[in-house]
Amino acid sequence: MLRIRRLEEAVVRLAEDPARPIRGHVHVYIGQEAAGTGACAALDARDYVFTTHRNHGHVLARGGEPGRILAEILGRVDGYSHGRAGGFHVAAPHLGILHTSAIVGGSIPLAAGAAFASSKMGTRQVALVFFGDGAMEEGVFSETLNIAQLWHLPVVFFMENNSVSPEERSGRGSPTSQHSASALSDVPRAYGLTTKVVDGNDVDRVFAASCEAIDQARVGSGPIFIESRTSRWPGTYGSSPTLEQSGETEISWAWAPAAAPEGVRRWVKQSDPVLLQCRRLLQAGTADRDGLLAMDNDVRAEMSQAVQFALASPEPAPSSLAELTLAPALT
Amino acid sequence: MPRSLLFTEALAEAIGEILAEDPRVTLFGASFVGAGPNRSLMAQIQTRYADRIVWPPIAELAYCGIAIGAAMAGMRPLVDLSTATFSYEAIPQIVNEAAIAYANSAGQTTVPVVFHMLYGLRGGGAAQHSGSPQGWYWNAPGLQVAMPGSPADVKGLLRWACLKSRSPVVFMCHQQLFSVRGPVPDGAYDIPFGAADVKRPGADVTIVACGVQVPRALQAADELAKHEGLDCEVVDPRTLQPLDLPTILASVRKTGRVVVTDESHDLCGVAAGLAALIADAGFDDLRAPIKRVTTLHVPVPYARRLEDAISPSVARIIEAARAVVGYGLAAERATRNA
Repeated sequence: MLRIRRLEEAVVRLAEDPARPIRGHVHVYIGQEAAGTGACAALDARDYVFTTHRNHGHVLARGGEPGRILAEILGRVDGYSHGRAGGFHVAAPHLGILHTSAIVGGSIPLAAGAAFASSKMGTRQVALVFFGDGAMEEGVFSETLNIAQLWHLPVVFFMENNSVSPEERSGRGSPTSQHSASALSDVPRAYGLTTKVVDGNDVDRVFAASCEAIDQARVGSGPIFIESRTSRWPGTYGSSPTLEQSGETEISWAWAPAAAPEGVRRWVKQSDPVLLQCRRLLQAGTADRDGLLAMDNDVRAEMSQAVQFALASPEPAPSSLAELTLAPALT
Repeated sequence: MPRSLLFTEALAEAIGEILAEDPRVTLFGASFVGAGPNRSLMAQIQTRYADRIVWPPIAELAYCGIAIGAAMAGMRPLVDLSTATFSYEAIPQIVNEAAIAYANSAGQTTVPVVFHMLYGLRGGGAAQHSGSPQGWYWNAPGLQVAMPGSPADVKGLLRWACLKSRSPVVFMCHQQLFSVRGPVPDGAYDIPFGAADVKRPGADVTIVACGVQVPRALQAADELAKHEGLDCEVVDPRTLQPLDLPTILASVRKTGRVVVTDESHDLCGVAAGLAALIADAGFDDLRAPIKRVTTLHVPVPYARRLEDAISPSVARIIEAARAVVGYGLAAERATRNA
């Protein structure tokens, strides 16, 4: 979780760099680390993961290398797609990530398709697809849930609800979902799916719910829907993420939240999943403050090296363009 | 020894062979030859391979996406979309996911999925069951587009698409081809994509014809030979992507006069694209402007007389061939008389 936080802070810094080393815009996972970490920890290495435009945390949680993740976001040859895809469309088949759609809802039927293949070929692989609450507005969500349930596909629909609450909504640039259902989890229930709602800020609860769901999918009991509720990090209220209000997270805010800048103080106290987990480890005596700070130093060093690696990676040569339109056929 | 088969018989035979040869092939729907009198051709396959066929709900976007995801995970789905306009519901998955995945994964993820659909003026299909989206799909990098125009070609091309290709295929058949009969070689054979076929050799005019326009062009060529002594060469690209441009250009070099015909609408359609490629690479060989014979650029009407009036018919192909042959004759005469 902390590695995701530091990776994403590095992404925001690069995005805010006046030299603009990142050409497109970015979507970061700050505030949702517990969801991706808990869900991915519950999967087997052979399972499939489908994700979204907000994928950096999922890739890292699946075992991706931060240097290669950043290189792709920067459009460099050492990225997972050699700079061809950018941060929007990560593909890392060795991590079970075959393709990523940056269209809202786009990955949902693809995950059901991978689950279909697993079920037909008897490989007992589960497909887990992350998507946001906004994807439930898309028609493809309903179409896919219907088929997944009819065909008992081994797929876990993992919805990350990062909606902004009504009182936070006014004047904020980034939209939140609009849905006529009084509870989003009523929608999969209407299709007959087993549905769970978890506190997405709590990595232990996410892990437990995911383990149960994945086991159920693997034995052929059909698809499962999980709603993971998170509170949006104030740095992503606008259309582009920014560290302006919050600065980088200090681990010491876990025990001294009053030191956090005013713009994030309430969120740090109530919602930040990384700091929540730090507090829990301290309370349980699993870690002490010095231990957490030392771990953070290691993670910061790792991410700093990853940034150097990515920035040093060359841009791809245009001569590579012609190669990848059609795959060579079998002979 | 070649047998004589109907287009539908060759298509059904190919599907049976494909299922027998590769256990990774799964059918999404299995009507293929329509719900009419031809459906008995598929009945045996539907019974024999019942466990290899899924019948999805009416949800083109999701089931095409599921087929694409299954292809990414190692299967070889063959999707029966029925009428080509139904594929419009699935364009977000076909164009925006299947087509891009190979390039976006830097070649790590392949998508061997085939989308079979019936395009064009079927006769009374009206505006929403007569669509010709081949130009749209040709315009989407990463997709392959096949347009068989004969029984032998539909079998060989579909076999190659389902058994050998590793990239997504939009496989476009035409209901008006169903009753076309032709020689089909015995046994299993593949026709790799990207190889045009000269369906009729000739010296005076090149007619480049796609899909259902192939038999129409052959009929036009016969009539022109018989009544007007014109010797037309009919070139069938068979696949638009990959495209065998050299075979087309070789014919143009020989004749210097070109008619391009396809059932997509006129603007930005397949004929427009082919004409541009020929003009670009073959300009010095041309002795007349390229003529296009396409579906008029109007929403497809229902009434028979109106549909006939917009169709790229045999009569319009003949008229276009006469026009490219006649081009310059008036000017030559004027020069002589001056």
